[in-house]
Amino acid sequence: MSDTPVIAMAHISKSFPGVRALNDVSFACHAGQVHALVGENGAGKSTLIKILSGVYRPDAGNIVLNGANANFKHPVESLRAGISVIYQEFSLLPERTVAQNIFLGREPRKGLVLDHAAMRSETRRVLDLFGAGARVSPDALVADLDVATQQMVEIAKAISLDARVVVMDEPTAALNEAECEVLFATVDKLRERGTAIIYITHRMREVTRLADRVTVLKDGEVAAHFDTPPAPDAIVRAMVGRDIADYYAPPATQAEIGAPVLSVRNGGNAFLRHIDLDLRAGEIVGFAGIQGAGRVALAMALFGQVPFTTGTVTLNGANAAFANPRDAIRGGVGLLPGDRKAEALVLMQSVRDNGLLTARAFSPLVGTQKSNAHASLSSMDALLDQMQVKAASYEQDIKFLSGGNQQKAVVARWLALKPKVLIFVEPTRGIDVNAKAGIYHLMRDLARAGTAIMMISSDLPEVIGAADRIVVMRAGTIVAEFPHGAAETDLMLAATGETEVAA
Amino acid sequence: MTEQTLPHADRRKRQLPQINPVYFVLAALIVAIVVMNPAFAEPTGYMNFLKRAAPLAILAAGQLYVIVSGGFDLSVGSVITLVVVGSSILSNNDPNSTWWVIATMFAIGAGVGLINGLVVCYLKVPSLIATLGMMITLNGVAFMWSGGSPRGYLTDQFRFFGRVNISDLPLIRILPVALIVLIVLGFALYWLMHRTNLGRMIHAIGDNPRAANLAGVPVNRVRILAFIVSSLSAVAAGIMLGGFAGVSTDVGTGYELQAITAAVLGGAQLLGGRGSVPAAIAGALTLNAIFTLLNFLGLPQPIRQVVQGLILIAAVAVAMQRRKHTGR
Amino acid sequence: MTDLIATRPKLAFRFDRWAPALLLAIALLAYVVIALYTGQTQYLTVDNLISVLGRSIALGITAVGQTFAILVASIDLSVASLISAVSVLTSVIMNGNPAMVLPAIAAALALGLVVGLVNGLIITRLEVNPLIATLGMSLIIQGCLSAFVSNFAGSVPPEFQVFAYGGFGSLSYSLIFLALLAVAAWFVLRHTRFGSDIYAVGGNKDAARVAGIKTARVTIGAHILCSLCAAMAGLYLASRLRSGAPWIGSDGVYDLESIAVVVIGGTILAGGRGGIWGTMAGVIIFSLIDSIFNLAGVDAFAKQVLRGIIIVAAVAFYAVRSKRLVA
Repeated sequence: MSDTPVIAMAHISKSFPGVRALNDVSFACHAGQVHALVGENGAGKSTLIKILSGVYRPDAGNIVLNGANANFKHPVESLRAGISVIYQEFSLLPERTVAQNIFLGREPRKGLVLDHAAMRSETRRVLDLFGAGARVSPDALVADLDVATQQMVEIAKAISLDARVVVMDEPTAALNEAECEVLFATVDKLRERGTAIIYITHRMREVTRLADRVTVLKDGEVAAHFDTPPAPDAIVRAMVGRDIADYYAPPATQAEIGAPVLSVRNGGNAFLRHIDLDLRAGEIVGFAGIQGAGRVALAMALFGQVPFTTGTVTLNGANAAFANPRDAIRGGVGLLPGDRKAEALVLMQSVRDNGLLTARAFSPLVGTQKSNAHASLSSMDALLDQMQVKAASYEQDIKFLSGGNQQKAVVARWLALKPKVLIFVEPTRGIDVNAKAGIYHLMRDLARAGTAIMMISSDLPEVIGAADRIVVMRAGTIVAEFPHGAAETDLMLAATGETEVAA
Repeated sequence: MTEQTLPHADRRKRQLPQINPVYFVLAALIVAIVVMNPAFAEPTGYMNFLKRAAPLAILAAGQLYVIVSGGFDLSVGSVITLVVVGSSILSNNDPNSTWWVIATMFAIGAGVGLINGLVVCYLKVPSLIATLGMMITLNGVAFMWSGGSPRGYLTDQFRFFGRVNISDLPLIRILPVALIVLIVLGFALYWLMHRTNLGRMIHAIGDNPRAANLAGVPVNRVRILAFIVSSLSAVAAGIMLGGFAGVSTDVGTGYELQAITAAVLGGAQLLGGRGSVPAAIAGALTLNAIFTLLNFLGLPQPIRQVVQGLILIAAVAVAMQRRKHTGR
Repeated sequence: MTDLIATRPKLAFRFDRWAPALLLAIALLAYVVIALYTGQTQYLTVDNLISVLGRSIALGITAVGQTFAILVASIDLSVASLISAVSVLTSVIMNGNPAMVLPAIAAALALGLVVGLVNGLIITRLEVNPLIATLGMSLIIQGCLSAFVSNFAGSVPPEFQVFAYGGFGSLSYSLIFLALLAVAAWFVLRHTRFGSDIYAVGGNKDAARVAGIKTARVTIGAHILCSLCAAMAGLYLASRLRSGAPWIGSDGVYDLESIAVVVIGGTILAGGRGGIWGTMAGVIIFSLIDSIFNLAGVDAFAKQVLRGIIIVAAVAFYAVRSKRLVA
C-alpha cells in the first residue's frame, strides 16, 4: 500500500457565528484503509466531513485529493471526484425503488429511454459485491425497507459510483447487533477493494474492530492521532481529557434527593413496553441508549405528545397520563426538545417572545402580552439577565443568537412556569463547550430547587458526569440502571446488549 | 470564550426602528397622484379615496391573521358576495331589519371561519385548497339563495357604513363613516395582533407550529381563531362594500387576491411568522393608490389585474431576495 | 423524534396506493345504484359511460399537466386563465378560416410554452412561492385577456370542430387524444430521465441536487409541460364551443378541479409520489360524480356547492391520516 494518502485535509479551520467549530485540523486517509474519526458529539466531526464534501467551505486550510487541490464548492463536485458520504440522515427517496435510488441522476439509457433492465442488473451486481443481494431486491421501494437495509442501499450507491473515498457518519447508530456485523463485513469488503474509508464513530468497539488509523477530535481540534490501532483507553483518554470535576456540577447529596414526583408503572405504547420509572425531586436522571432505543419516545409519552396506551402514570400521587403537551404542562411537566431549530424555537420572534411563549399559552387569549399569570416582560428580562443570555437586545430575533444562548432562552420559557418535572432532550447538542458547562449547572440549580429532572443524551460522558442516576434503555424498554459516575463501558454494554467486553 | 460577547450597556438599547418600505411607497404614490390631480389634496378627494379603500384595508388586516399563522384565506371574496346578496334578501327592504341582518351576517362569517379552521386543523387539508373549496361552495350558496339573479336592494340604513359622509365638519369638512369604521376596526385588529397573547401565539404557530405545540400553545384553537378573524373582517368589508356597490353575485370576486397582495405589500411573510397590521392596511391603501393612478393614466380597467399580478409576484420576489441578503 | 420514525407503521402506505382504485369502484357503484334507483337504466351502457368521460376531456388534459407540476412539488393555479386565453387566441386567429387552423394551434402551444417557462423561471430564479407565482400569472393573463375581449370572440371552422365532435362511432377523437396524451405522460414519467428527475426533485430536492440533478431545469420543464397541457385543453374547448370566450377557464374551475383530480388520484401535494394513472382515475371519478348529480337531478347551483365540498373532502381523504401539521 502506497503511503501517499488518497485524501488529505490540511490545517482546516471553520467558525460559525458564535462557535469555533474547527481549529487547525489535519486529517488524511489512505487507499484500502479504514480511518476512524472519533470524538464526542460536538467535537467537530460532522463539520469536518461537510467541509470535505463541499457542503461548507473552510475558513482556512486546503484539501488534496490524489495529489491535486480539491476545494469543493458544491457536494456534486466532491461526488464527481469520487467522495461518497453516507450521512446519518439518508439521502434516499423513500417513494422510489432501490435501483432508481442507486442510479439517481445518472440512469443508464438506451437512446432517450431509460434502460430499466441494465439498472436492475447493475444494482443486483453491486449489492452482490458485499453479499446484500439476498436481502434487497432492486425493485423494492425504499420506504418499505428497514433502516439497516436502507443503509446498504446507500453503501451500494457509493460502490456503484466507484467512490474512492467513502465516509460513514456513525453508521451503526440505528442498527442492532446482527446488523452491525453485516455492516462490518461490508466495510471489510470495501477495504479489500482498495477504497479509502473514513469511519465516524464514538464507540470503541467499532474502532478496535475496524480501524487501521485513528484520529481523535475534541472541541474542534485534533486531540490525538494514531497510525496503528491503539489501545481503547488511550482513545477514551484523548476523547474526554478534561477536568471533569469543574465541568459538571457536583452530584446531588443523599439529602437533596426527595420523594418520587413522577411514577410510571408498566407503561407502554407502539414504541415502548414495560416502563417502570420513578423521577424524584432534586434528582437528575440520565437516560442512555442507542438511537431508536425509545428514550425520546419515553419523553414524548410522559409529555403527552405520543401518550402511553397502557400502564399508569402518577404525578405526586395523582393520575398523570397526559393526552397532549398542553395537559402535561398544566400538570407540571416541561420538555426541552432535542432539535432546537425544528422543535423549540420560533426563529423569527424575539428572544423575549421565545422566553414568554409558554407563559402566554397558559394565559387568557386576549390578555395583554406585557404581563400574564406566569410572567411579565420585566420578570422575563430579569430571568434572562440572571441566566446571562447574551443578545444585542432581548427584542432581537432569536435566530441571531448562538446555540447556547438560544438554549438558555428555551430553558427560561419553562422556568417561568416552575414545572415539577423537566425533561431535557439532548440539552447540549450543537452548543459550545463553555456554554455546555453553563447548562449543566443550570440543570443542577433547578434540581436543587426541587425539580425532578430527566436528561436524555447521546453523549455518554455527559450522562455519566451530569446525572445522579443513569437509566439505560434498549428496544423500547429500560434494561439497566447505574449510579452516578458509572463506567462508560458498562453503559455501552447495557445499551447495545453486547455480551463481550470490547473497550 | 467563543460566544459573541457584547457590552452590557448595548443590550438595553433598542435596535434602530426599521421603517417598513411600504410607507415610503405609499407616500410616493400619493405625491404622484396629487401632482397629476391637485383636487386629490382637497378633503373630498382624499376622503373619498380612503372611503373606497376602507373595505380592502379591513380585509387585508383580517387576511394578515391567516397569513401570519401560516396559511391563506381565499374564501373572503365569496364571504363578501354572500354578505351583500344575503343581506339584500334578508332585509327585504325593511329599514328596521338592519341590525339583526348585520348580526346574522357576522354569525355566518364566524361560522365560515370556524369551518375553514376546522377543515385545516382536523382534516389537515392545506388552507389554500380548503378555502378555495369554501369559495366555490359559498359562491354556489349565494347563487342558490338568490335563485341565480339577485334582486332587491340594500336599505339606506345598511348602506350607512359604506356610503355616508358626515359633512360640515371643521377643517376636514367631510368624514366618511367608512373611515371611522376603518380606524376603529384597524385599531382593534392591531391591538389583537400586536398587543395580546393571542397575537404572539399566531406569530408563533406560523413561525414553527411544531415548536409552538411542544411549548404548550393550543395550535388548533389559535389557528381557528385566525380564520374566524379573517372571515369576520370579510363580513365587515362586505357590509361596507354594500354601501357603494350594487347587489350582484360577483361583488366579492377578486377581493381575496387583492387582500393577499395588500398583506404581502405590507411585508407579511408568506407561510407565516411575520407581519404587521398597520403595514397591511398601508399595503391596501398602496394598492388602491396604484389603481387610482392607473385610472388617471386612462388605462382600461382590466390592466388593474395585470398590474396587481405583477405587484404580487414582485413583492414576494423582492422579499425573498432581501431575506437572502440579510440572512435567514 | 428519530426514535419514533424507526418503527413507523407501513399500513397507511399500502392503503394510499390502492385508494384511487377503491374510490373509482365506489363512484362506479354509486353511479349504477343511482341509475337503477331512479330507473334510468338506459344510462348503464358502455356507450353512455364513454360519453360520461367525454364531458371531462378538458379537465383530463389539464390534469395530465397538473400532475407534472404537483409531482415536482410545485402547483399551477394559472391553468384556468391560460385555458381561456388559448381558447380566445385560437378562435380569433382561426376566425372561421380553415387555412389558419395550424397557425392557431402553433400560436396556442407557443403561448403555453411561454407561460410555463415564465412560471418556472419565477419559481426557480426569483424563488417565489409557486402558489403566489401562478396566482399572479393567472391575474396577468386574465387581465390581458379581459383588456381585449369581453365576449365570445372569433370562430372555429368546422374543420377544427372535428377535434371535439368527430370520432369513430361513440369513441370521440378527443377521448382518444386524451388517452394518447396519458400514455405519453406515463412514458415520460416512467421511461425517461426527465421523468425520474421529476420524482427526485419532488421527493427530496436536496438529495436530487447532491446527485447532480439540475433541479431548477426540472421544475421549469414540469411547468412547461403543465402549461402546454392547459393550452391543449384550451384548444379542445375552443373546438367544442366553436368559439373562444374569456371566462371558460374560470367557469370550469379548471385550476382547482385539476388539482383535486390529481390529489384524488393519489399524487401527494408535497410532491414525489403518484402518477398519471391515478390522475386518470380521478378524472373518471369526477365525471361519474357529475353524472350522478345529473341522474339525481341536482340543480346547477347546488351542484356547485356540492363540488366545493367534494373537492375539500377528497383532499381531506388523503390528508387526514398524515401526521404533518398543515397551515
